[in-house]
Amino acid sequence: MRGVKKPKLAVWKFASCDGCQLSLLDCEDELLTVAEHVDIAYFPEATRAVQKGPYDVSLVEGSITTPHDAERINKIRRMSRYLITIGACATSGGIQALRNFADVNQYIRIVYAHPEYIETLRNSTPIAMHVYVDFELRGCPVNKYQLIEVLNALLNNRRPNLPTYSVCIECKRRGTACVMVSEGVPCMGPVTQAGCGALCPSYRRGCYGCFGPMEVPNTAALSACWSNIGVQKDDLVRGFRMFNAYADPFRKESEVHEHA
Amino acid sequence: MSTRKSRTLKVDYLARVEGEGALFIRLKDDNVTEVQLRIFEPPRFFEGFLRGRRWTEAPDITARICGICPIAYLASSISAMESIVGAEVPHPIRELRRLIYCGEWIESHILHLAMLHAPDFLGYQDALAMAKDHPDIVKGALRLKKIGNDIMVLLGGREIHPINLRVGGFYSVPTKDELQKLRPDLEWGLEASQQVARWAATLDYPDFERDYEFVALRHPKEYPLWEGRLVSNKGLDIPLSEFYDHVVEEHVARSTSLHSSMRQRGTYHVGPLARYALNYEHLTPGCQALARECGLGPTCNNPFKSLLVRAIETVYAYEEALRIVNTYEMPDRPYVPLEPRAGRGYGCSEAPRGICYHTYAIDDQGVILDARIAPPTAQNQRCMEEDLAALVPQFAHLKDDDLTWRCEQAVRNYDPCISCSCHFLKLEVQREYSH
Repeated sequence: MRGVKKPKLAVWKFASCDGCQLSLLDCEDELLTVAEHVDIAYFPEATRAVQKGPYDVSLVEGSITTPHDAERINKIRRMSRYLITIGACATSGGIQALRNFADVNQYIRIVYAHPEYIETLRNSTPIAMHVYVDFELRGCPVNKYQLIEVLNALLNNRRPNLPTYSVCIECKRRGTACVMVSEGVPCMGPVTQAGCGALCPSYRRGCYGCFGPMEVPNTAALSACWSNIGVQKDDLVRGFRMFNAYADPFRKESEVHEHA
Repeated sequence: MSTRKSRTLKVDYLARVEGEGALFIRLKDDNVTEVQLRIFEPPRFFEGFLRGRRWTEAPDITARICGICPIAYLASSISAMESIVGAEVPHPIRELRRLIYCGEWIESHILHLAMLHAPDFLGYQDALAMAKDHPDIVKGALRLKKIGNDIMVLLGGREIHPINLRVGGFYSVPTKDELQKLRPDLEWGLEASQQVARWAATLDYPDFERDYEFVALRHPKEYPLWEGRLVSNKGLDIPLSEFYDHVVEEHVARSTSLHSSMRQRGTYHVGPLARYALNYEHLTPGCQALARECGLGPTCNNPFKSLLVRAIETVYAYEEALRIVNTYEMPDRPYVPLEPRAGRGYGCSEAPRGICYHTYAIDDQGVILDARIAPPTAQNQRCMEEDLAALVPQFAHLKDDDLTWRCEQAVRNYDPCISCSCHFLKLEVQREYSH
């Protein structure tokens, strides 16, 4: 690879909590090594230095919620060879997509004294609804080791090796007893994509779905299980309407119960 | 000096802060005529969609306001909900709550002071550039930060958006032996953080002080983290329930974050300087001695020295974490089971960047009827603007680039978390000279 320049990395933010990009700074043991292999060309949370595009890899955090951001993502796409979305906001619209099920104008009036100063879109939408996305990394927040795997894969011209099966598989692998079967605790694990290492059940709580829907989720079967352990309709709706409420399978399932 | 009549300085997006915002400064004959922090972080409407959610969901949902200080949101919402039902948690749970908050302080303070703020003092664009000349400082900071995160992982499950905190306590608690595993790293960290404070004392701080109204929590026995009364150095001393009787929030066109001020008195300041000035007597004798060695008195009015105060607080967090690890006894059960009742509750905790205030009303089924949240950076917005208005004339002799950088550094004094406050930064300085 003699003479090849280090790939240029850019990190972009839309509507979000900053947590997913912080994951990169939380790679305390790996950060200096990562910086040896990529050129951090645009990353305002970490540096004042700005290099102009185009960029080899753009990491995009956050969802599209304003007319200005809907324009900005198109410019970023044009400057980026690979565009990777990081986290639930960027891949499904995030917690702020709860507005998509309500009247956003009413929310503006609840929070702000001068609604006329606020410019916002009716829906909070994932990046892929606006531009082509090369890879979507799940999680609220992302798993930092998965983030490094994605960067590593790109640097080595291979597909990222990340599972699309459910959290249940991770529980079985770690030998965690099923919280739903053994304790009657409602758990989103059977329909949620793996990646966190089945964290919640290992702390004796039900999964709350922060990695979004698995590849082919049977949400109706899960709803039936939840009903059997006494979960009421309103709480079924709430269960599917958390950090990935606007991901198709979760949205549809929540609407089934909302209108039932 | 300058023969130019007008100058315009611009930075499109202020870096090394969390979130999106801009700064606009207009100068006429080196006098500041206008300073505006513009926050363009997209609004996310947490207070809107919290309505209709369960009271037990508020902690995990509000944590998503900020990935940098999720414990602050978890803590304040949990406290608010527990205050509605009058819950008291057992001593070991209270201790574990302080311990995980120490983890967040360590992680956030070290990230900010060593990697985001220190480069301004040493003239680097970022910590990676600084690491080439000061590898020991940056590597040491990374390890100190990691230990803070290790506390979060052990007690919370993960560094960002921990999953193990709940209304009433924790989902599961560590054994004594599991907690003891933190001890060697905490002992190393205590020593190393003291060295960081001594190093921070050698930085070149601008000569700049202001007479602030400091607002922080105060607790009768301890340096505040999770609880206390709200006090100030100008006479405020109130229970949490009276916050909105004294604080006014104003919505201005330039910001999606509400501006806070104190009725009758105006702008106030939250964060490390406020906590330190109002709670100095509750720092350990070791921290007080170290503060004196670093040239700090019991009050510090120089916002640039917030970096040094953060270092002292980091030492405190290491001492407190060690104390808890050494005295912990596992509780009988990880949480207190609680049933909802209709009412309003109040919660406030000391996020690394200042008080994070929550109030909720719920019905008898535990459904949230109303939510109001005052994040620390929103409360500091006016203070940042006033600092800049006072600072710019003092440094107006600087070249445009240097003045711009000085202004950015002054904003970073507050470790602003704009994602949080939106409820911030493009920097623009316009200079005009009359004939």
